[in-house]
Amino acid sequence: MTDFLRANFLPPQPPPPMRAPGWRSKLFGDARATAITVLLLALAALVLPPAIRYLFIDAIWSAPDGAACRAPGAGACWAFIAAKSPFFFYGAYPPAFYWRVNLTFALAAALIVWLLHPKIPGKGIALGGFFLGLPIIGFVLLHGAPALGLPVVGTNLWGGALVSLIMALAGMAAALPGGVALAMGRRSELPALRWLSVATIEFVRGAPLIAVLFMANVLLPLFLPPDWAPDRLLRPMFGIALFASAYMAEVVRGGLAAVPRGQGEAAAALGFSRWQSLKLIVLPQALGAVVPGIVNNFVALFKDTTLVAIVGLFDFLHAIDVARLDPVWAGPTIALTGYIFAALFYLTFCLAMSTYARGLENRLAAAKR
Amino acid sequence: MLVRVIAFSLLLGLSARAGTLDDVLARGALVCGVNTGLAGFGLPDNRGEWRGFDIDYCRAVAAAIFDDPQKVRFTPLSGKDRFTALQSGEIDLLSRNTTWTQSREAGQGLLFAGVNYFDGQAFMVRKARNLKSVRDLKGASICVQQGTTTELNLADTFRKLGISAETVVFTGGDEALKAYESGRCDAYTTDGSALYAQRLKLSAPGEHEILGETISKEPFGPVVRQGDDRWFNLVKWTHFALLDAEELGVTAANVERLRQSDTPEIRRLLGADNDFGAGLGLPKDWVVRIVKAVGNYGEIFERNLGQGSPLKIPRGLNAQWRDGGLHYAPPVR
Repeated sequence: MTDFLRANFLPPQPPPPMRAPGWRSKLFGDARATAITVLLLALAALVLPPAIRYLFIDAIWSAPDGAACRAPGAGACWAFIAAKSPFFFYGAYPPAFYWRVNLTFALAAALIVWLLHPKIPGKGIALGGFFLGLPIIGFVLLHGAPALGLPVVGTNLWGGALVSLIMALAGMAAALPGGVALAMGRRSELPALRWLSVATIEFVRGAPLIAVLFMANVLLPLFLPPDWAPDRLLRPMFGIALFASAYMAEVVRGGLAAVPRGQGEAAAALGFSRWQSLKLIVLPQALGAVVPGIVNNFVALFKDTTLVAIVGLFDFLHAIDVARLDPVWAGPTIALTGYIFAALFYLTFCLAMSTYARGLENRLAAAKR
Repeated sequence: MLVRVIAFSLLLGLSARAGTLDDVLARGALVCGVNTGLAGFGLPDNRGEWRGFDIDYCRAVAAAIFDDPQKVRFTPLSGKDRFTALQSGEIDLLSRNTTWTQSREAGQGLLFAGVNYFDGQAFMVRKARNLKSVRDLKGASICVQQGTTTELNLADTFRKLGISAETVVFTGGDEALKAYESGRCDAYTTDGSALYAQRLKLSAPGEHEILGETISKEPFGPVVRQGDDRWFNLVKWTHFALLDAEELGVTAANVERLRQSDTPEIRRLLGADNDFGAGLGLPKDWVVRIVKAVGNYGEIFERNLGQGSPLKIPRGLNAQWRDGGLHYAPPVR
């Protein structure tokens, strides 16, 4: 046997830097970094000034009608957004009852914060409030209950952000429990349950959402007597909930597959019941592993709510799309202004979701270390 | 198989509902199918309340029945699901710039209650070019939306006239308009009613005009289901009453005063002596209710499409027959 011995030792290296390099050396550290930085700065210098001029400096902030926005050189027509904002946010909901919409969404926001913020105790109550209390209270508030002194506001009057957020909330609230149930069903040892779950998931995932919405909207009323046909708002809501559940089921199934078998077996060995094992051992690990996938689904779902426009509902985007046709405001800048506003709206919600997801991932990663 | 099931359920649906008016009365509101958004014809305003020419027709029918133009529920419908909504009984009346064609009445179980707007394909050109008729477009380039009947009509017309023109097709109406504005084309063509709305999207609408000549027939009207003659008559005569009111000079402002008028035609129209509403299932003063709520045909037109609106569409074919238009309503007698 031969021994290998090193004759020449490597020269000593300086110790790695104590702290991360400053932004200056990050941006202009070497020739390549400098070149890329300069290129991107040049691009920003090219794009940003006209954008800022269009969005702020040349923008029309208040005007009684579209005349000022039609003037040559006028920028974004924010006056149009201001004038149409009741329609964008509430649709045709009677202005006297806007407080009912506001209250419902304030309640939803409070419950979501309660559910998601790690430092607030009583998650069980929040969970029940979100999945059971909110739908009932929300329905009573939004639709009305003459017995409680709240006049009925038909769903044909709902529109704008109200419809978008309701669709998204209903979809998300249905997707998580629905998805977990379908994923568990798919892994079940009972064949009938397994086949039913697989069939549901594959059928719903195999059909485009637009087709599902059309079927719900066009075919349901043909088969049912007119008084039985579900409400025009409920039909797409049902379609979206089903769709979101099927997609969520596959994400959850991935999470379940990532939990080692031994976890469940160890729980069983320690005397946990099936439900205890699921609730305390398996699901927390499974769902924790797929947080990015879940949030990705929610973000996609939130934007998919715009598809309800094709069945004649005025969701936020469709409300903007229709408002820009108003001859009082019509002009060369109206469409662009409307779409910029829509982009900001959807961006705000999607950013909030992904920011929370990142925080949650960090927290879960810290727990693993 | 699926088609047969649908057809069967359609038949069931039709036979189960004989009295639309009774349904409307029982419900306490008219359910009206309208466009999801078309300038001048049907569009939600800043508060989401529906306004427009087609909307006022719904309100006129509601006013005739309930003496309250607010008793209407509007169901916005896309072009694809408008007829199913009517056939299935989801709506009572379709008032949604729908072109009256033979196949829609003969094949789809629908009835048009009349023509309330005569539309047709028209051309928008720059005023500075001083073009007066379609013939002047010889050798011009024309922007048009792809795959529509508009494109076919254009080709047919120019073949018929024996002149050549360059057709520039675009996938969307807005793109075609942009191209026209940038000077890519000499003219932009689509339905006349839409052209007036599109013109407002230009940066200088005043520099463009719409040629009076049209090259296709697009008669719009309110639509009902077949199989309910009483309801069909009610909608049809609401339309005629609006026209008759204009012809006789009855307006929203003077209708109450004119009930004491001496003119026999006006007395008959407003139900001063005889009861002409009964045959329609309406009270004696049905026309008074309609005109008080929405005005006469001319008032509806001018408020939503004409001089009282930003669209400024001239009456043209939609004038009364005495003024050179096509509207000629049978008398209430």
